[in-house]
Amino acid sequence: MLAYTIRRVAQSALVLLIVGLVAFSMFRFVGDPIENMLGQERTIEDIERLRDQLGLNQSFAVQYFKFLEGAAQGNFGVSYRQGRPVAEILMERAPATLELAAVSAVFAIVLGIAFGVLTAIRRDGFVANFIMSASLIGVSLPTFLIGILLIYIFSVELGWLPSFGRGETVQIGNWSTGFLTSSGLQALILPSITLGLYQMTLIMRLVRSEMLEVLRQDYIRFARARGLKSRAINFRHALKNTMVPVITVIGLQLGAIIAFAIITETVFQWPGVGLLFINAIQFVDIPVMAAYLMLISVMFVAINLIVDMLYFFIDPRLRVDRAGGH
Amino acid sequence: MSDTVLSIRNLSVEIPTRTGVVKPVDGVSYDISAGEILGVVGESGAGKSMAGNAVIGLLNPPAHIAKGEIWLNGSRIDALKGEAMRRLRGKEIGMVFQDPLTSLNPLLSIGDQLTETMLTHLPISRAEANNRAVAALEEVGIPGAAERIDSYPHEFSGGMRQRVVIALALCAEPSLIIADEPTTALDVSVQAQIIALLKRLCRDRGTAVMLITHDMGVIAEAADRVAVMYAGRLAELGRVRDVLTQPQHPYTAGLMASTPLASAGKTRLHQIEGAMPRLDKVPDGCPFHPRCTYAESKCRAAPAPQISQDHAACWFPLMAEKVS
Amino acid sequence: MTELSDHKVAPKVAQKSRLRVFLDSDIYYTFRRSPIAVISTIVVTILILSAVFAPLIAPTNPFNPASLNLMNGFTPPMAPNAFTGESFILGTDDQGRDVFSTILYGMRISLFVGVAAVLFAMVLGITLGLISGYVGGWTETIIMRVADVQLTFPSILVAMLIFGIAKGITPIEYRDQMAIWVLIIAIGLSDWVQFARVVRGATLVEKRKEYVEAARLIGRKPYAIMLRHILPNVLSPVLVIATISLALAIIAEATLSFLGVGAPPTQPSLGTLIRIGQGFLFSGEWWILLFPALTLLTLALSVNLLGDWLRDALNPRLR
Repeated sequence: MLAYTIRRVAQSALVLLIVGLVAFSMFRFVGDPIENMLGQERTIEDIERLRDQLGLNQSFAVQYFKFLEGAAQGNFGVSYRQGRPVAEILMERAPATLELAAVSAVFAIVLGIAFGVLTAIRRDGFVANFIMSASLIGVSLPTFLIGILLIYIFSVELGWLPSFGRGETVQIGNWSTGFLTSSGLQALILPSITLGLYQMTLIMRLVRSEMLEVLRQDYIRFARARGLKSRAINFRHALKNTMVPVITVIGLQLGAIIAFAIITETVFQWPGVGLLFINAIQFVDIPVMAAYLMLISVMFVAINLIVDMLYFFIDPRLRVDRAGGH
Repeated sequence: MSDTVLSIRNLSVEIPTRTGVVKPVDGVSYDISAGEILGVVGESGAGKSMAGNAVIGLLNPPAHIAKGEIWLNGSRIDALKGEAMRRLRGKEIGMVFQDPLTSLNPLLSIGDQLTETMLTHLPISRAEANNRAVAALEEVGIPGAAERIDSYPHEFSGGMRQRVVIALALCAEPSLIIADEPTTALDVSVQAQIIALLKRLCRDRGTAVMLITHDMGVIAEAADRVAVMYAGRLAELGRVRDVLTQPQHPYTAGLMASTPLASAGKTRLHQIEGAMPRLDKVPDGCPFHPRCTYAESKCRAAPAPQISQDHAACWFPLMAEKVS
Repeated sequence: MTELSDHKVAPKVAQKSRLRVFLDSDIYYTFRRSPIAVISTIVVTILILSAVFAPLIAPTNPFNPASLNLMNGFTPPMAPNAFTGESFILGTDDQGRDVFSTILYGMRISLFVGVAAVLFAMVLGITLGLISGYVGGWTETIIMRVADVQLTFPSILVAMLIFGIAKGITPIEYRDQMAIWVLIIAIGLSDWVQFARVVRGATLVEKRKEYVEAARLIGRKPYAIMLRHILPNVLSPVLVIATISLALAIIAEATLSFLGVGAPPTQPSLGTLIRIGQGFLFSGEWWILLFPALTLLTLALSVNLLGDWLRDALNPRLR
């Protein structure tokens, strides 16, 4: 397991280095940093001084290394548009996105697994068929249309739920949370459904097909022959055996949820990092774009690593190999 | 006859297909008494496993019991559904499958699988279940049972896993065990041990055993009586010694002659010409007649007589005078 | 990728006409037997034709300022305007543009971007896939590593990033003009990996076959071997991926335009129209939003269903 872990960490580091290179290249080559930082009135001396200050006269490798060093310490420079340190802006916005993503993920995972199991064990039932057909349409619907549809129904027509923003938030240290107020919780409902729906259908379809596969296995037949209750067979025996592929996909989907938050945040004007990123693209605010890219890569890589480690907890057969086989 | 545990009467299993109804089991009757091992033998597709699945209520739809009765310890169980049947499985009827490598859930420790089964059927505490699990493993001959209780299936060899499977099938003390090809997937060296184990455990507990196999050697080794199946029907039923030495049905005779053990000393093994018919093309009359050297017009016209106890389903049984 | 190995080009039957061969084929048979496939093909055909012939079908040219009358603004569908008495089948938007016409022109842009992006991704993916499969070694390692890293990220994010970078490189005065092309490149670059993987897998299998060896021995050039011998074997999976990618590309384009990082308001695609329409959701002018949204939905759903059917019909193992 140790060798495996080291290899996976090395791979993750490689991904981060490549992404870092992309982010750094953006800084260095997209738009002229000097132009972006100095106003219209500038002298040759000013430019030279700033070039020196920013280290733009140094070799590419040295600059790249310095960039990584800064990034590791959370220093991504100053937003061209807001004139504030990018790290500060990100920290301010991150709680909104993370809370939204967490609620969506829970929604997607819980309902995805539940519906997946249901449609697998009641394969020909009316409810199962209905859920399967609905999911087919759900997969074809673009996320932003789902968001708009929900706003139309629940905000415009019924007036039950807010259509934009986070509602009231409570500040706890550096973290502003919407979990503690009723308006904050209400504001979470529509965006989380919008964001989680697509992932839910994916998880559901995967759980269903894996369940159908596992239910055909001999050990399930043997469990039946021992007279175990169907709840124990379906959940303890079958579902657990579907978990390795399902967790892989859930891991990937968690990353996707954070990325797709960009769309949901725009539809609901949710003040998170996704909305920040879209605005940064519109105004070509390179430092914010680069920082967002690095931030999200770190999250993706971390999620992938955690997923890999989770395999060991689920599947005892993998645990044995850590000793180097027998 | 001692007390009958399982009694099958005129059992038929049908599978509706696009081209018509197939009968993998057709009018089969036999009994198994407490402590007795009945070997059910036949080629693959002869319906021997299907009959076992019918008894334990695990036929895969659309296969279903179309006719006949199944009695277990004096109560009729063929019509039991869902929850009532589930209570019987494991508790009254245990089952051992062919492949020990795939019969055990790879993600649960063998101790978990044992205690889970016992707690489902027996009114005992978890601690008691743990103790019994260790005892059950010791009984089937797992060395160091107490230490290995938390091991996972992949940490055992095939033979050891089959011992675990047997422990699982027996742990709620059922009165009937259906062992479906329990040794087929095992190394030859291990087969005899597993058979001996099964035999010992059932003798000790007075468990009735339906031992389904295609291997005449296993039958000779373990069974008290034997039921020979051919194309879904019972061809012959009788005490192992009688059937092995003086088969009455021409098919059984052919089977014996083609088995290395029964034909010891002969240089060449006998072959039965042709092959068992596909189940959707079972001929009229006696299903064996196209391959039977003794067949006469009666065999082609009318189905062979139904049998229940110690007979051959044949119009012209071989050496009929020997039957007592 | 071995499952692609027996994907052979069907032997040509010289006696029959191509049309006859097609009508007799299994594909056509399963096609006729699937109502979903037939309906979605009809819908897709109608939509494509009406997009191509938009200038002929559309009652007005919504981008000709001379034909616009601000007084016509916010006319509901099928009802005469209060001031001018003109009536529009799907109503008008805030600037008095006929919604039906903007949808036709918008779909033109959506489909153009989608098709062009998929073609770009296809050419790039096939080329890189053939090269990495055939040449191997470091070339392969680098190409596939890049593909892996890119696959870690959702393609819409990659497209956004490429769009942002391209926008940064383009001088401000050209940004709107270039936006459509930037969009094509961004979506295309975000989607090549699928093609490259399938083509590489098939190439690895085909490369070992005797006929490729024979072609090499008689001195055919590598590119000729790749194009003439290997490429035909991977066409059907590529076709399946292309169709499914088209649905994804249309949705991706709509999403980017909706987010304001795609087609500019001067050249609105369906996504841009929905973005504009969302602004009138609360004020009651539902038609400005609803009709473009329905069009996008129909387009995406029917291409998607067609792709699904094609995948099952051509190669069930791609599931």
